[in-house]
Amino acid sequence: MIGFFICQCGTNISATVDTGKVAAAAAAMRGVAVAESIQYTCSDPGQATIAEAIRGKRLDRVVIAACSPRMHEATFRRALERAGLNPFMLEMVNIREQCSWIHSDASEATRKATDLARKAVARVRHHTPLLARKTAAVRRALVIGGGIAGIQAALDIAAAGIPVTMVERSPSIGGNMARLDKTFPTLDCSSCILAPLMVEVKQHENIELLVNSEVDDVHGYAGNFEVDIRRKSTCVDEEKCTGCMICQDKCPARAPDDFNAGLGSSKAISIAFPQAVPLIASLRKEHCRRFNGNKCRLCQKLCPAGAIDYGQEEAVLRRSFGAIVAATGYDHYDWKASYPTYGMGMYPDVVTSLQYERLLSASGPTGGRIRRPSDGAEPRQVVFVSCVGSRDESVGRPQCCSVGCMYTAKQAVLTREHIPDSQAYVFYMDMRAGGKDYEEFARRAQTRYGTLFIRGRVGKIFPRRGKLVVMGTDTLAGDQVEIEADLVVLATGLDASAGAGELARKLNIACDRNGFMTEEHPKLRPVEAASAGVFLAGACQGPKDIPATVAHAGAAAAKVIGMLARGELEASPMVAAVTESRCAGCFKCRGVCPFGAVEKARLPDGRPVARVIGSVCRGCGICNVACPPGAISLNGFTDKELIAEIVEVLKPDVGYRTLDFG
Amino acid sequence: MTEPTTRIIGFLCNWCSYAGADMAGMSRMRQPAGVRIIRVPCSGRVDPLLVLRAFQEGADGVLVSGCHPGDCHYGSGNYFARRRLELLKRMLPALGINPERFHYTRVSATEGARWAEVVSAITERVKNANDND
Repeated sequence: MIGFFICQCGTNISATVDTGKVAAAAAAMRGVAVAESIQYTCSDPGQATIAEAIRGKRLDRVVIAACSPRMHEATFRRALERAGLNPFMLEMVNIREQCSWIHSDASEATRKATDLARKAVARVRHHTPLLARKTAAVRRALVIGGGIAGIQAALDIAAAGIPVTMVERSPSIGGNMARLDKTFPTLDCSSCILAPLMVEVKQHENIELLVNSEVDDVHGYAGNFEVDIRRKSTCVDEEKCTGCMICQDKCPARAPDDFNAGLGSSKAISIAFPQAVPLIASLRKEHCRRFNGNKCRLCQKLCPAGAIDYGQEEAVLRRSFGAIVAATGYDHYDWKASYPTYGMGMYPDVVTSLQYERLLSASGPTGGRIRRPSDGAEPRQVVFVSCVGSRDESVGRPQCCSVGCMYTAKQAVLTREHIPDSQAYVFYMDMRAGGKDYEEFARRAQTRYGTLFIRGRVGKIFPRRGKLVVMGTDTLAGDQVEIEADLVVLATGLDASAGAGELARKLNIACDRNGFMTEEHPKLRPVEAASAGVFLAGACQGPKDIPATVAHAGAAAAKVIGMLARGELEASPMVAAVTESRCAGCFKCRGVCPFGAVEKARLPDGRPVARVIGSVCRGCGICNVACPPGAISLNGFTDKELIAEIVEVLKPDVGYRTLDFG
Repeated sequence: MTEPTTRIIGFLCNWCSYAGADMAGMSRMRQPAGVRIIRVPCSGRVDPLLVLRAFQEGADGVLVSGCHPGDCHYGSGNYFARRRLELLKRMLPALGINPERFHYTRVSATEGARWAEVVSAITERVKNANDND
């Protein structure tokens, strides 16, 4: 006995598909005992209607025509289970995303919905009850990335008593937030709120911190991931190094200062920044004299702890995890190639917003005094250019960075605070100040701090008599503007951090067209990635400010805790199964299985047969196609079920004339 | 009489293409109404015999869509699909089926616009395919 329920989804479906007509057609299909059109099937009354019908009409199978199964299949399976049915006796028909929303002709859409309903009714007849398997889950989480997102997620997970391994590829945790001077809209010092958390990560008994490390490879599945972590060679023994910085002071080889975004310089062996956690030196071989044909071994000679080991080798650690949190953050967009009219980086006094943060910061290369990179002079006129590589179709970047308006307003405020007789100008497109207290802050930048906001884009920046001329439009006044600036700050857009795509591939999750990792559902599953057991925290999922990042990371941690708290996971029973009486023992299935889920077994009479290890099988069905005698079959996607769909959906209906191909 | 609908069976993998088709729906991208989607876990589950069965049952066209190379949820399912379906494509003329009626493509979960384009383009090609060509 099959129950057929079609959802109107308010008018989302019923505006295009005549749900009453489809229900009437379904009522006439073989085995259908009840067919109803419901306004909101997923709502409480909607689910109650289904449960009532299951009990009242003794239904043993249910077809629901509604939204995509990717949206609510789990919801309705639970509804069936509560009503006493096996949850896998359900088949969904996607008549919203794949019908009502993409067609405007009502009769055509109704006909398509009827076709799809017929195929689902035919398919559900072949469904068999499946039982979810329980598998043990490893009670340890991996957090990839040590910025504020990773820190928050790791601390929250660890606080629940679940051990965490944090992997950070640079020598210190802290990420981009550690480089910021102050934060909007409260102007509290970034380091002061971040540094205690960094220390807590290092000291937490439930957190293992691995810096200078990267995720090499990921195997396994939710609850049982096997991850190879590559620990890079830094020539410094982390156990011995005390962070005294003697090596950095005495090292004769200069190297770029990554922490200061390229402003100033560092040494080949150095500690990333004074508040680094862990506070240990690392050596960059590409800049070291010893690794470039010189005999220098000064750092080794001077190190009081004997921590320098030039022969240190890379190591690969293998660890097991139940869940993985990606918290890889963002990089600022490299603007140089796309904006030739801004000088392509030729003018030293055109800096990025991140470099300006370092100029503002007391721990920066100028000790917190704003100085022009070209001559060290204090600027009087500072021009900020918003949306460089954001909201700019001309460079193929339509996306909003979501933080540029606010950090530019903040930097304008800080400019006046550092240099009281300075004047800040901001070229902006729209002021986007949507957060709590943001609008008030942006307003204060104008009223109290005298920042001049000019609505329009900057067309050109060029040097003239020791100054930089910024030419732009004022679209409110309808005028051309020309400002002589001492320093120009570009508010560059945000990208997913370098290597995020590669990591996403290893984790088997998707990235959107801007390179950010994709969540399972934009509203309902904002921290879950498409692969079970993988979660997203912070800006790796899309640009975010600090409050949103912390909230997102906390949510990811809550999901990890929820998943690992019970110690076991329900694994999908939609895995392959072998009918041993048919199996010829050729093991083609074993050859094609990407997961090694098929093992060789012997029947009591000695005949070799294939056997599926249920907890390893992920349910792709590649083996189902490879099996010559048709002995191995994927639960939930059997040949019978798929053929029933093909045959029924193509049944000639009134109104069809099969195309005559000669 | 109105023009008959060109009916195309679409086998879509759950993780990339099916999600991409959903994405096209969420973006309200209009498409020809002839495609009937059958969801499979992976394009590697698509048995060439299922494709032939669809033709046998009267489908005007068959479309298989999976993940882009390297994006397969199961690692290598789309490569198996490619090998099997490329072979099938070469066999179709011998069976009297115009290969233009069969298409194998890749659409990712975020490529809603691409899915809508694929549906339109392939509907057009199937409509113009003649087995006597």
